[in-house]
Amino acid sequence: MIERTPLLNVVTHFILLIGFLLLFLPLWLALMAASHDMTTVSTAPIEWLPGGELWANMHEAWIKSDFGTKFVNSFIVSVCVVLGKIVLSAITAFGIVFFNHRFRMVIFWLIFITLMLPLEVRIVPTYAVAANALSPFQTLLDTTGLTGLFETLSGVRIAMEWNLLNSYTGLILPLVATATGTFLYRQFFLTIPDELVEAAKMDGSGPLRFLWDILIPLSRTNMAALATIMFVYAWNQYLWPLLVITDRANYGVVVVELADLVPDQLTTGGGLPTWHLAMAATLMVMVPPVLVVIFMQRWFIRGLINTDK
Amino acid sequence: MADISIRNVRKTYARQEVVHGVSLDIQNGEFVVILGPSGCGKSTLLRMIAGLEEITSGDIAIAGTVVNRLEPRKRGCAMVFQNYALYPHMSVAENIGYALKVAGVKKAERLAKVAQVAASVGLTEFLDRKPGQLSGGQRQRVAMARAIIREPRVFLFDEPLSNLDAKLRVQMRHEIRRIHNQIKATSVFVTHDQHEGMTLADRIVIMNKGTIDQVGTPEDIYNHPASIYVAGFIGSPAMNFLPGTISVAQRAVLLSGDARLDISAEAALGHDGLLVQVGLRPEQIALARPGQPGLPTRFDFVEELGSARLYHFLYEDLSVTVHSEEKHRFSPGQEVTLSIPPAAVHLFDAQTTRSLTAVAALAAKAQKALATA
Repeated sequence: MIERTPLLNVVTHFILLIGFLLLFLPLWLALMAASHDMTTVSTAPIEWLPGGELWANMHEAWIKSDFGTKFVNSFIVSVCVVLGKIVLSAITAFGIVFFNHRFRMVIFWLIFITLMLPLEVRIVPTYAVAANALSPFQTLLDTTGLTGLFETLSGVRIAMEWNLLNSYTGLILPLVATATGTFLYRQFFLTIPDELVEAAKMDGSGPLRFLWDILIPLSRTNMAALATIMFVYAWNQYLWPLLVITDRANYGVVVVELADLVPDQLTTGGGLPTWHLAMAATLMVMVPPVLVVIFMQRWFIRGLINTDK
Repeated sequence: MADISIRNVRKTYARQEVVHGVSLDIQNGEFVVILGPSGCGKSTLLRMIAGLEEITSGDIAIAGTVVNRLEPRKRGCAMVFQNYALYPHMSVAENIGYALKVAGVKKAERLAKVAQVAASVGLTEFLDRKPGQLSGGQRQRVAMARAIIREPRVFLFDEPLSNLDAKLRVQMRHEIRRIHNQIKATSVFVTHDQHEGMTLADRIVIMNKGTIDQVGTPEDIYNHPASIYVAGFIGSPAMNFLPGTISVAQRAVLLSGDARLDISAEAALGHDGLLVQVGLRPEQIALARPGQPGLPTRFDFVEELGSARLYHFLYEDLSVTVHSEEKHRFSPGQEVTLSIPPAAVHLFDAQTTRSLTAVAALAAKAQKALATA
């Protein structure tokens, strides 16, 4: 709808302004709270103007939560989730879209079902698997009676164990194994004209070569979108790291640490609430996803302007 | 030796047969156009040659090797697609050189080859552009260059000109013919456009509902169409058809009214009383001079073509179109007599739709050719 009247201009700008304020106000309050000392933050009325304690608060929060290690951990987890996700979804979608095999629809629906069961729903079984990634196979052997058979034959009892608790692998793998990216890629692959596939065939390129030379370069904007979403998703994970990591000193991630800074009955134990530290930490934790979004957004736009058609 | 040999090839999709046992030999260096309306199986046939479509039964051999089970890249064919199918993220140079890259040709050698091929189709100044920045004709050229660079044994064209505007289409048609004359690769060109077929082909293959109706030079197909279908498909404006019965005694076809058309004695021989369709090319009918006998018709309307005119007449209720450079003024319903020379009469068996005249004429022509050789 393109309409230009002075009144409409004023009204639309007014609506925009309200929206902006609604979004900006909490951020501003967080910034203000982070820049004062504890006493000022804890007394009414709310401080609307910045104070001079920002760096000191950030420093204290950083030390208190051992953010040095935690940020590195969060980065490792987020980047690995992003990479794993892109690779996994690209090849699964490739298999579903470009190969005409009998189990195509079965596999498609199996992947589809995982969409309906997010990590939070299947957190207990997922934890059980993470505690021993080989337990499904063990169960299979046990129930089919193969374990018993092998034991009577060789005297050795099969007991497979691969513990993923307190490891990066355990943090990353369950976050990678979801279907969202597969669908994004599938939708994109379906828009690739058949003639392009055939041209590549005539040019002598095999399936993997086609994936690498044609599909991957063509899906760059897709990749950027998926990377952005997955980075923010992985960075903000709270429940799973909380559950799977008990060795917090070595494998803790920032979001879990941040939650500990937020004052409640448990953390302050009746003492003064340290909102100034919580807010300072929040600001720091927020920075990487915000940067990723800003950076990737520019990338999107470039991709959109240079539409290869 | 035939370069491409197609033996009784059939194609079935989901229990429906779309190509019904086609056999065809294509000579080395020949430019063959497969012509037919959409859905006649011509593209399917081409794609079976290319290896993009499985052959249900029968054999296709290229240079003596049966290629039924061979992958497309091992058949030595290059293909130009209707929508060009250029790789959108690659520059023109990369598009052209991709096949060589896949084949593992060294970069320096590849670039030299790309430059040479690009020059031959006039793309030198566009090598760094992306396909999205090119016009339709330029994209078509890239697609051609991509095929040429592989120095294929066989060129396959799948309606490559149908996405271009009329003027560009003619221009690209010339270019394709020029390139073919240069590199002399065996070419198979699929189209539904009879002009492309007539102008490009050494031989035309007319397909109809999954079978081949006629194979011949453009001239033979125009002059001696083997069936009603071919006769109606080739020639613009289309051939006129009038039903009638052959009378040997009168050496004529008696039309459904009381008019008659003289025919040659050989054409009538042995077909006394046969129900036929008479085919008349609009450009072979003349307006009779006053007093001259002919086909009595009423004038319907005229179409102006600039260099000539199309006069539409009615015989009984059947339309008869005459292509003439003469300028006449007729009033609607005016009685006009058309002069039809016996040589212009094509006779088709009304039942089998096959031609009575073409077989004899083509046989006579072949005999004469043999005699001179």
